[in-house]
Amino acid sequence: MKLWRWLVAIVTLIFGRFLRRRPRAGGEADDRQRIVPAGTPERRAENVVLLLLGLAVLWALGFVVTYAEWSPSRLPNELLGICLGMSLACIGGALTVIAKRLVVTEELEDEYPQQHPEQQQEIVEIVHESGSRITRKRLMLGVGAAAGGALGLAALTPVLSLGPFWDTAPLDKTPWRRGVRLVDENDSPIAASSIEHASFYYAFAEGVDPEIIASDLIVLRLDPSKLELPAARAGWAPEGILAFSKICTHAGCAIDLYRNPKFPVLEPHPALVCPCHYSTFDPFTGGTVIYGPAGRPLPQLPLMIDDAGYLRAAGNFSARVGPSWWNVRERPTT
Amino acid sequence: MTDPILDPVRFIDERTAAAPLLRKSMRYLFPDHWSFLLGEVALYSFIVLIATGIYLALFFDPSTAKTVYHGPYAPLDGQTMSEAYKSVVNISLSYKAGLLMRQTHHWAADVFMASIVVHLMRVFFTGAYRRPRELTWLVGLTLLFTALLEGYLGYSLVDDLLSGMGLQIGYGVGLSLPLIGGPAMLGIFGAPFPGTAQFWSRMYIVHVLLIPLLLATLIGVHLALVAARHHTQFRESPRHTNRRLIGVPMFPAQIPRSLALMFFVVAILFLLGGLVQINPIWQWGPFEPWLATNGAQPDWYLGWLIGALRLMPSFDVTIGHFTVIPNPFWGGVLFPLVVVGVLAGFPWIERRLTGDRSVHNLADRPRDAPNRTAFGVAFLSWVFLIFAFGAADRIFVLIGLSYDTQLYLFRIGIWIVPIILFFVVRRVCRELARSDEIEVQRERAEHEARAHEQALARTGATPDS
Repeated sequence: MKLWRWLVAIVTLIFGRFLRRRPRAGGEADDRQRIVPAGTPERRAENVVLLLLGLAVLWALGFVVTYAEWSPSRLPNELLGICLGMSLACIGGALTVIAKRLVVTEELEDEYPQQHPEQQQEIVEIVHESGSRITRKRLMLGVGAAAGGALGLAALTPVLSLGPFWDTAPLDKTPWRRGVRLVDENDSPIAASSIEHASFYYAFAEGVDPEIIASDLIVLRLDPSKLELPAARAGWAPEGILAFSKICTHAGCAIDLYRNPKFPVLEPHPALVCPCHYSTFDPFTGGTVIYGPAGRPLPQLPLMIDDAGYLRAAGNFSARVGPSWWNVRERPTT
Repeated sequence: MTDPILDPVRFIDERTAAAPLLRKSMRYLFPDHWSFLLGEVALYSFIVLIATGIYLALFFDPSTAKTVYHGPYAPLDGQTMSEAYKSVVNISLSYKAGLLMRQTHHWAADVFMASIVVHLMRVFFTGAYRRPRELTWLVGLTLLFTALLEGYLGYSLVDDLLSGMGLQIGYGVGLSLPLIGGPAMLGIFGAPFPGTAQFWSRMYIVHVLLIPLLLATLIGVHLALVAARHHTQFRESPRHTNRRLIGVPMFPAQIPRSLALMFFVVAILFLLGGLVQINPIWQWGPFEPWLATNGAQPDWYLGWLIGALRLMPSFDVTIGHFTVIPNPFWGGVLFPLVVVGVLAGFPWIERRLTGDRSVHNLADRPRDAPNRTAFGVAFLSWVFLIFAFGAADRIFVLIGLSYDTQLYLFRIGIWIVPIILFFVVRRVCRELARSDEIEVQRERAEHEARAHEQALARTGATPDS
């Protein structure tokens, strides 16, 4: 019985408010001057807004259900995107209807802001007059600037801990010297007999982190009679097996394409190509640039074959490894 | 009973004294033109980037420590990779809604950049950067190039094969800075590429905190400057003048429009994120410095740089043993610097050339300033052609035109086409402006004729008066 009374009270309250409000809203607005001009109600547009907002609720709940229902392996990413996207789009649509049909659209005028010459003048005066007791302004400013600058310098100094900066030796270091064995990706030594024609192989310095880019090599076998290496590199390619740095001398990408002749005029034989900007190097002549933007040849590593038939370095690279920089043309250091 | 809205308003005003400001901002006027929404698209993309980025950061592990993947994606099972890459593969394939967030983040970045660029074009071609809005222009440009760096760092963090190649090129371009390149890169990376383990922490904090803070600040300043000077407006009627602004008020007219745009932008980004695959990193595999892949393309906003790097002929500028200017400097450093310099300096360059120092609140139509429009189109075509050459390897795959032929066509084209376009566009603008003038004259003549007829009719109706 008590519950029933409460319900009646609530219903009366709600309806009472509605009934009281309606005439009041109209009556009051008319006697005062409005700020926002009046417009006619559009119940159909209101219906569309309500419908769209209702759909947004459904789509959003759909997202929650989609998320909860399926296991990760079967969870359709597309459905999640559709639910969330559609819910958002419905709200967007509702807002569009509100903007176009329900909200009073007024065109108003306003002045563009102008300059304030008086205040500008006053600012200048305040600054000047405030400093009138100081006699050596220039000196004060100069010394003040020096203090600020020195403090700024001090504050920036710890940045030097980020890296070696002045000591650029790490850029030039290579793990290669005479006798270092070449290994493949599984750290196994590479037998000279396993290097075949018309293919290329990854190789690294034995016992060195392969992520050190000076360690990374590309190895290939060419016909020894066709090699045109510089005279100083005689004996660098036993059995026609050559090793080059894997790192392009242009921007540092890995040389990862071994191209058969594509443009016969320009490239009469296979070439090593960097896929980033198509710098192309001629392995026959010791890595000279024959195409693309690279500014210097690909460094070549002298090879030898040990008594067990495995490939070893016979010395260091012909040039420094990696993209060009100030000191890159110096001899490489081990 | 008091009005229920009055209570909170009174509460706020009592504590902040903000009622006058609030009252004024409610009636702040927005000139009405569709093209003014482009900047807002960028703003809302940024909000999506922050929201999805925070979600991703809850799962991402910025570490290059090696680990072995075991998970639902069979082709990578048992492979050694970095923790960073593994965590992104897991975000994509193991966590519910992870892929949706990651793809939406990536799409939002692409849309963010695109909308900024289109917005920039709108501002350029309407002359909206002129006095008193030069600062807004400069802040906007800073935003653009900061966002570019942010996007680059974002996809570099993933440590998949593509991102690693991008980082390697960035390292190469950094080394190419004359004199300071080597020390600068050793400082940033901590060691020669791929750098120390801390390098990943550095990239991470820069990508998720420093640059986002900077972007948010710049966006705030940009918007504050816009509000302080109001939008420009087009001369749609004689009532639109340099001193008088005509538009719709922020409240109630502009708010639902702008919010509608926001919801649509967010909706489209999530639909893209859900339906259109972008950067499926699990297919690229983990990065190692000795690996690279053919047909690699960066995100679109870096295409102009890869194009410039590829177009350069092969030479390093050397003096004796010293490489003064390594090759990547031209395309990777000088070219973007020229673009930034021209854009940043343009308000002052134009002022010098035209002698026009006055305040401009009225935006030009592109035809109203034939020289500016012609220069803009020429400059844009120069950048765009270099951008297009970045995709020359894809063009070769698509239509079979050899890379080599394209290289020489583009090397000539990037200089010839802008020059031709300059004169063509200037001519078109002048003709359009002239036809407008003729239209105005005809209308005036018709108006006079009508007035004359009416006068005649009136005199006819009252003869000899």
